[in-house]
Amino acid sequence: MTLLLQYTLIFASVLVLVALGGCFSEHSGVINLGLEGIMVMGALGGALAMKYMSADTSSFIMIVVVILAAILVGMIYASLLAVACVNFKADQTIVGTALNMLATAGATVIVKAINTAENPDNVSSTMQYVGAKRAFLVNIDGFEFNWFMLVAVLALLAAAVTLYKTRFGLRLMACGEHPQAADSVGINVYKMRWAGVLISGALGGLGGIVYITAGVSEWKFENGVAGFGFLALAVMIFGQWKPGRIALAALLFGLFRALSNVYAGFGFLTALNIPGSVYNMMPYIISLVVLAFTSRKSRAPKSEGIPYDKGQR
Amino acid sequence: MKTQKEPFLKKKWVQSLIASLFCVVLGLLIGYIVLLFINPKGAWDAIGTVVKNFFTYPNPKVALKYFGSTLVKTAPLLMCALSIQFAYKVGLFNIGAAGQYVVGAGACLYMALAWDLPWWICLLGAMAAGAVLGSISGLLKSYCNVNEVISGIMLNWISLYTVNMILSNVKESASPYTYQLASFNPSALIPSMGLGKLFSNNQYVTIAVPLAILMAVVIKIIQDKTLFGYELKATGFSKSAAKYCGMKENRNIILTLAIAGALAGMGAALLFLTGYEQWQCTQSSVPAMGFNGIAATFLGGLSPIGTVIASYFIQHITSGGAYVDKTMYSSQISDLISALIIYLCGFVLFLKYFMNSRIAKREEKASAAAKAAEAASEKESIEPKDVDPNEKGGEE
Repeated sequence: MTLLLQYTLIFASVLVLVALGGCFSEHSGVINLGLEGIMVMGALGGALAMKYMSADTSSFIMIVVVILAAILVGMIYASLLAVACVNFKADQTIVGTALNMLATAGATVIVKAINTAENPDNVSSTMQYVGAKRAFLVNIDGFEFNWFMLVAVLALLAAAVTLYKTRFGLRLMACGEHPQAADSVGINVYKMRWAGVLISGALGGLGGIVYITAGVSEWKFENGVAGFGFLALAVMIFGQWKPGRIALAALLFGLFRALSNVYAGFGFLTALNIPGSVYNMMPYIISLVVLAFTSRKSRAPKSEGIPYDKGQR
Repeated sequence: MKTQKEPFLKKKWVQSLIASLFCVVLGLLIGYIVLLFINPKGAWDAIGTVVKNFFTYPNPKVALKYFGSTLVKTAPLLMCALSIQFAYKVGLFNIGAAGQYVVGAGACLYMALAWDLPWWICLLGAMAAGAVLGSISGLLKSYCNVNEVISGIMLNWISLYTVNMILSNVKESASPYTYQLASFNPSALIPSMGLGKLFSNNQYVTIAVPLAILMAVVIKIIQDKTLFGYELKATGFSKSAAKYCGMKENRNIILTLAIAGALAGMGAALLFLTGYEQWQCTQSSVPAMGFNGIAATFLGGLSPIGTVIASYFIQHITSGGAYVDKTMYSSQISDLISALIIYLCGFVLFLKYFMNSRIAKREEKASAAAKAAEAASEKESIEPKDVDPNEKGGEE
């Protein structure tokens, strides 16, 4: 049971972080379908940081450096989306999809290049970080507390305060609802949208590193992050673009994702004799069903997905 | 009213061609830079290998054979690209093509291996499976307002796990691969009709290749010449306007995604029923075919005929990636290039806008000059025809 709780919390942390990222971007008016790719890139940045830091660095420094690396790489990668969608008015769906494919291919090429440079016989795209990963974990009575869970909670609080209680957050949301109106009172829509996308890059990158350290201590970059970025988008829609609800939705989805990891540990679940693939499918099926019921009365930001054109009325 | 000849650069297909070439050249250039970063020594050779593909074989007969193999894999890619193109014309982004391709593969292989059915029934089965998956996305989109991209991705993963599970029943006991079609049920192989002989006896080259090209022509005709195609395009331009004109926009959306799904499913059948590949039942990621289709669609300038050429190009560099020196680089370099190409395709609209505004400015200047000349000497009247060669000369 503790195992289920542990996995639920860590997967929920990933979903909260990434879904909040999507939330910021969409509130500013840019649909960020590239979250999946941003996760991969953030994961790559964090994994590289873990790889190149000596194993005897203190836990605190290790955690800070890994988090900063993931955030930084995520933000740099997200700026590709911002350039195309904010400045060049590109189709946000195409660019987002391209970023997803680019991230997986790019990460694979980079990791394979590093692996073969170290050992010419090693052509795999797998990266290991068994030692470094220990820095994130604190064992409390069989329950492995992960510092990232705390990070996710802090991010959630910060996001809620930023969006609803600060001038910046309210202006950001205005740009997603009615950019022309926002512009007319002197808000720079382009700047705000850049900010939204960069924040989503930071949170998405952070989510990526949390995801690849959740439960495993090596990652095969050829697989990307297996649709987790899109699950986070489903969480965001289910959460109606509101941080509080997003957290609840993330817990629900995290539970189903955790089940596929630990179902073997439950007597009654193994007795049902359902093949493992069904548990793997569960999060995706649940999200489809949930979306079918919640999307009708969706409270999406009104102008999301529409490039802002100053001259348009 | 169209008496004046359109300037060359204003033609739509010319602009699309320029934009696509721009994407390809820039994509290859960035790919080359990435290779330089990894290992500067072999970078030029590696990018050359990617572009050359089968030409790396000095023997023309062998090269011809591998040209055939590239064509074999172009057919499914083209079908996926057509699937995405067809949906995109209706304003839908069918990223679910990857999943529709997967269920197509599952359906045709299961029908061929478990029920011993002939190839054309398996082909129809694959199309039906793809259509069902596509219409799920369509139903969710039209009645529940679920974004087709998100539902498509979810369905991709669901179908991957399902197909892995189902095809495990018809796999070899010692390996994760499904049975060989040629030895298990040769009637399920798509007939070659002598096409294989043209490619140095490459038995995998079948009528699948011309069939895929034929489908591109059919799609072109449907979109340009039929009422149905017109309705679909109208729905794509403006859903509410189409509804106002009495078109059933919900029905059109579902139908579009069903047809798109059938196309992607057929693509899978066109590959797996040649026996060129077997399905690997432990596959842990959705096959790239459907995603590469996106690259082919946008590179092809969203026209079915352009898609044929673009699909070949994408498959050409993807196959070429397999030949790079594995001690230095990985074959994913070609995936990287196709992903870059899609990213750059996002800028195409801007590029076209840029070209058009340049042309418009020139025209404005020319007409202003003409007017000035008219004002200067009122007796001489200058016809717009005389303006034309002027501006043409000025274009680069």
